[in-house]
Amino acid sequence: MTSTTTLRPPRNSQSLLRRREARAGYLFVLPFMVVFIAMLVVPLAYSGYLSMFRNQLVGGVSFVGLDNYVRALGDATFTDGVARMAVFLVIQVPIMLGLALLFALVLDSGRLRMKRFVRLSIFIPYAVPGVISALMWGYLYGPDFGPFAQMGRAIGLGTPQFLSAEFMLFSIMNIVTWGFIGYNMIILYSALRSIPTEIYEAARVDGASEVRIATAIKIPALRPALVLTSIFSVIGTFQLFNEPNILATIAPNVIGSGYTPNLYAYNLAFVGQEVNYAAAIAFLLGFVIMVVSYVFQLSTRKGDA
Amino acid sequence: MSTISTSARPLTGRKAPTSPTARKSTVLTVAMVAVGAYFLLPLWWLLVASSKSNADLFSSFGLWFADSISILGNLGDVFTFQNGIFLVWARNTAVYAGVSAIGAAVLATAAGYAFATLRFKGSTALFAIILGAIMVPLTALAIPTYLLFAQVGLTDTPWAVILPSLVSPFGVYLMRVYAAGAVPPSLQEAARVDGAGELRIFVTIVSRLLAPGFVTVLLFALVSTWNNYFLPLIMLNSPEWYPLTVGLAQWQSTSQAGSGSQALFSMVITGSLVSIIPLVIAFLFLQRYWQTGLATGGVKQ
Repeated sequence: MTSTTTLRPPRNSQSLLRRREARAGYLFVLPFMVVFIAMLVVPLAYSGYLSMFRNQLVGGVSFVGLDNYVRALGDATFTDGVARMAVFLVIQVPIMLGLALLFALVLDSGRLRMKRFVRLSIFIPYAVPGVISALMWGYLYGPDFGPFAQMGRAIGLGTPQFLSAEFMLFSIMNIVTWGFIGYNMIILYSALRSIPTEIYEAARVDGASEVRIATAIKIPALRPALVLTSIFSVIGTFQLFNEPNILATIAPNVIGSGYTPNLYAYNLAFVGQEVNYAAAIAFLLGFVIMVVSYVFQLSTRKGDA
Repeated sequence: MSTISTSARPLTGRKAPTSPTARKSTVLTVAMVAVGAYFLLPLWWLLVASSKSNADLFSSFGLWFADSISILGNLGDVFTFQNGIFLVWARNTAVYAGVSAIGAAVLATAAGYAFATLRFKGSTALFAIILGAIMVPLTALAIPTYLLFAQVGLTDTPWAVILPSLVSPFGVYLMRVYAAGAVPPSLQEAARVDGAGELRIFVTIVSRLLAPGFVTVLLFALVSTWNNYFLPLIMLNSPEWYPLTVGLAQWQSTSQAGSGSQALFSMVITGSLVSIIPLVIAFLFLQRYWQTGLATGGVKQ
């Protein structure tokens, strides 16, 4: 605006205000966007670029198009890892979210004594870094001085083999469940607390039981929060790394270099020096996560109309 | 949110949705205390195990104390091993988590506020892209980021851990929802009529309204950086830059390799206990804040 007239028509001042607001909007999102582009968009694009090349001792770097992806899809180590995560997803996520939902409903029901203690004790494991919970559970599971092994021996049942090939995946499921139920419970519980209480009063007047209120009012109202926690759980599951990486030090024969896709990508890039192939694996994994999350979102939307 | 708190005071107003006649259930309480015990048991074990010498770990029952309490000796080992590197790791962890969390929360708050209350071209599209980014697995980013950082000499420096941790798409999402509920448009209008600039409105008025949501985002960012293992593991080579997670994992693999270093068991265990104490205490004091931001963020229809 270069106009210096004192009597500006209102429409102009209106558009001036609009422009000011827009300028402020850009300014406020700019810092985040700069970091977002530098730390997320650029690496992602670079990852895609890297995945199309091959670096060989003889001949150096050459463009190979989608060869790395073709190789990954035929690579049993990778596909087994993805399948293992799918099993993990199908078993662990429903258990974790089901329990988180149950605990949140119990806390919200008002029928509980010692509510604060219960809420905190469920939530506290979230404060423990995944690496440390894996270390801790690794010792707890351990055959030497793990309390479960000690108890098993004391009553003559022998030592439970938590860290064997057979049970390892379930042992990891337990570690993840222990660590993240509280986090999911807090999200769901917060959602419950934002439902206006008048609805319950009305339902009670109509003679609805607590269980009926939970199933007919509370759970439907929790739908957005459940979708959110489910998607986060899908993302978390496919990215599993900390627990297997730590437990591999205890059970190297059970957890190979490709036990989870993430572990595989890490080992390819930093142990095997196959950066281009690792980039393709990581990219493909991102793709799998997006597809599964998207399909999940679509399938939960069907109920709405 | 029906009321707007103008300080960073968590919401504790709403009573539990009980009818006056709702009876407390003993059966339910016993069941939930048992559930609580499952969650606390490993931590109890960690506390007990930290009080034992290496030999006692093997010879005494895991869930109860041994005859001799060796906690002081273990703590001495933790803090003096490798010239006191543990304290260096603790300092690194605090710096990485603190700087990253404050940075991430400030960026997310400013962006979320703009998306919620300021009209500008392309805001919907930008926000959709940010939402999509929540689904990008961090590990798909970590490897290329490492290579990019290697080219500009940022690997093996604190920046390699801090910079990637500044991006919190979920934080932007939370703050957008929170700001939409906490900042009345009439307030902005009034301030504008009084001639206040947008930045001044944000700093003097809005920031106070957004404080509880800000704290929630800050806590999430703090925990995720504090708990991060993959990123520092990739980025850092020098032990003097390690955070606690990477350092302890290294002690663990050394102790498992068992190169005459059996004495490391009690040290790894005691080190783990020491490193979770600050976070557990923080949780005890700040747990009310978790709900504040979440109660309006992402969970309302």
